[in-house]
Amino acid sequence: MATAAPEAPSAESAAASGIAGFSREQLHELLREMLLYRRFEEKAEEAYSIGKIGGFCHVHIGQEGLAAGAIKPLRKDDLVITAYREHTQAIAKGITPRAVMAELFGRVDGCCGGRGGSMHLFDAEIGFMGGHGIVGGQIPLGTGLAWAIKYRGGDQVCLCFMGDAAVNQGAFLESLNMAAIWRLPVIYVVENNGYGMGTAFRRVSVTNVEERSGAYGVPAHTIDGQDVLGTHDFFARLAEEVRNGAGPQFVNALTCRFRGHSMSDPVSGTYRSKEEVDKQLHEQDPIALLRDRMTAAGELDPEEMEAIDAEVRAVCQDAADFADASPWPDPSTLYDHVYAETNVHGRLFLDGRAGRGAVNG
Amino acid sequence: MAELTYREALNAAMVQEMERDDSVFIMGEEVAEYDGAYKVSRGMLDRFGDRRVVDSPISELGFAGLCVGTAMAGLRPICEFMTFNFSILALDQVINSAAKMLYMTNGQVNVPIVFRGPTGAALQLSAQHSQACETYYVHAPGVKLATPATPADAKGLLAAAIRDDDPVAVMEGELLYNVKGEVPDGEYVIPLGVAELKRSGDDVSIVTHGKMVHVALQAAGKLAREGIEADVLDLRTIRPLDADAVLETVARTNRVVYLEEGWPFAGVGAQIAALIQDEAFDDLDAPVVRVAQADVPMPYAKNLEQLAKPGVDRVVEACKRVLYLVAEA
Ligand SMILES: Cc1ncc(C[n+]2csc(CCOP(=O)(O)OP(=O)(O)O)c2C)c(N)n1
Ligand SMILES: [Mg+2]
Repeated sequence: MATAAPEAPSAESAAASGIAGFSREQLHELLREMLLYRRFEEKAEEAYSIGKIGGFCHVHIGQEGLAAGAIKPLRKDDLVITAYREHTQAIAKGITPRAVMAELFGRVDGCCGGRGGSMHLFDAEIGFMGGHGIVGGQIPLGTGLAWAIKYRGGDQVCLCFMGDAAVNQGAFLESLNMAAIWRLPVIYVVENNGYGMGTAFRRVSVTNVEERSGAYGVPAHTIDGQDVLGTHDFFARLAEEVRNGAGPQFVNALTCRFRGHSMSDPVSGTYRSKEEVDKQLHEQDPIALLRDRMTAAGELDPEEMEAIDAEVRAVCQDAADFADASPWPDPSTLYDHVYAETNVHGRLFLDGRAGRGAVNG
Repeated sequence: MAELTYREALNAAMVQEMERDDSVFIMGEEVAEYDGAYKVSRGMLDRFGDRRVVDSPISELGFAGLCVGTAMAGLRPICEFMTFNFSILALDQVINSAAKMLYMTNGQVNVPIVFRGPTGAALQLSAQHSQACETYYVHAPGVKLATPATPADAKGLLAAAIRDDDPVAVMEGELLYNVKGEVPDGEYVIPLGVAELKRSGDDVSIVTHGKMVHVALQAAGKLAREGIEADVLDLRTIRPLDADAVLETVARTNRVVYLEEGWPFAGVGAQIAALIQDEAFDDLDAPVVRVAQADVPMPYAKNLEQLAKPGVDRVVEACKRVLYLVAEA
């Protein structure tokens, strides 16, 4: 099978570091990525607070280890599909911070021209297939993306993210069953932060997340999503196994949501205590965990850390400046892209505004 | 030309399109080994193999969504619903995914999928198996809908739907599958958005779609015996809508009855009536009258079912009403 080399440098090909399996370069790259995601989301929160971003906006703060650890080991032509807490996943797959921020601002230079917004980030060219706002809605779609890979005899894999609450949807159960029947190259990843909005998972399920896939014959794996190195290692191996025909896999990735569900929701409140979140912040911050590990192994000093932070802050400031300067979508495009094909005959719109023919692009 | 049943014509369209394009496949409940619940896909498994003719589990939401996902990746799935009643379980994927994908992605990801199967009532199947689902689909911008009434239209419209780059629902009728008619041989495609005058007469227009075309033709026959000549305009596709054809018949007869199988509340007829009053108000000599299913779930009892369904006599009476030959009901 002709396969492009995996994007992530393997341990043997790069200079060894004080941490087995990772080169110094790789460690710094993963640290920088996570810090970039953190600063990006903080910038988004700031922009939201002054009204530059509207609507629903869900940040990924606390879950950066999974974005970097699961997506970075993928090949460029692998596919990622996910829910609405996806800003950092989009960046991890390769959408620029500028294009993501401009989309959050609803501007024409956003990755969806301002039509999608925070919950619907896409770049089909690089295999980032959204950005879906119906809890569980992306799971059949991701299963279909994997089905198409298999239909064409390709060797890509599809990574399909969801929150813990999504495993209670019928779409999840139906999808796992079909993926198993047809041995599809799909990895379902639950970002298990323990909560769906304000509902703890244990209140809406008597089983653990991990137990959900066995009945369908899909192997389950539980991993620590706050450990970016372990996560990276795990997905690098799992993606290759699936590429080589291992069939669908189910990953229960334990993680923490350091913020409220969305911008309108406080970090803690009636449904979870401040102590619970403080403890997680103290013990399970994926960025601090990697920083400390690298420092202990002699792979990072405080000046380097500061330099990385300054650099990614500048990237995020640039993204916000870019987004702010980007024009609003042209009002004349309101009816563009409702249909891909303008039928020569008949009217697609009857609201009297779109003209007699369809306006497509 | 060959005489085919409606069922055979649909089959011919799928075979025609699968022969010319490897990205076309069919998935649904019972479509492969069982030859289709209504035998529409008969023989296709033998011809194309189980890579392209795929039996799904009974998971409408799941397999519809899976098919939408394959379309996002550039395949051209034919997603068969055993009947459109069951597609209500899949509507999330039809509306939230298929219909909106192109728009949300700013034109990056189109969804060239066909959803097909029978819609509407057969005989005494009762409330949950007897509904016309057209309006659920055409309500959403992003979806197209074809409703073939004859074998020739079935072949030509299904072929067009498969080739179309957008989500197209093709709604058939359980009671149509055995209807016979002349169907052009060889490659045959009818462009979406072209209505057809199935009968012409200058006194009154019966505008309709799908299975009701046959009811309209029977009503027109009855009216003719009384000296009233009716146009029967078959829309063939609801979205895109051949508005010009509607306006043309209104301009000629000045009197319109819309006949549909579905419920009247926010139905297709309501949309057509709105179009006519928007654009042809001055052509009307009488208000548009709609004949639809009674606004109740379909009852089982034979007599009640008959009362609920839009039948020939109600159409005849509606035509006389717009001609002011009978008093208000
Ligand atoms: C079908 C559906 N029901 C309800 C909602 C409202 N809603 C949005 S997010 C959410 C919780 C989802 O939690 P989870 O899947 O664990 O993801 P997380 O927010 O933790 O990332 C709910 C109920 C929705 N978007 N879709
Ligand atoms: Mg959650």
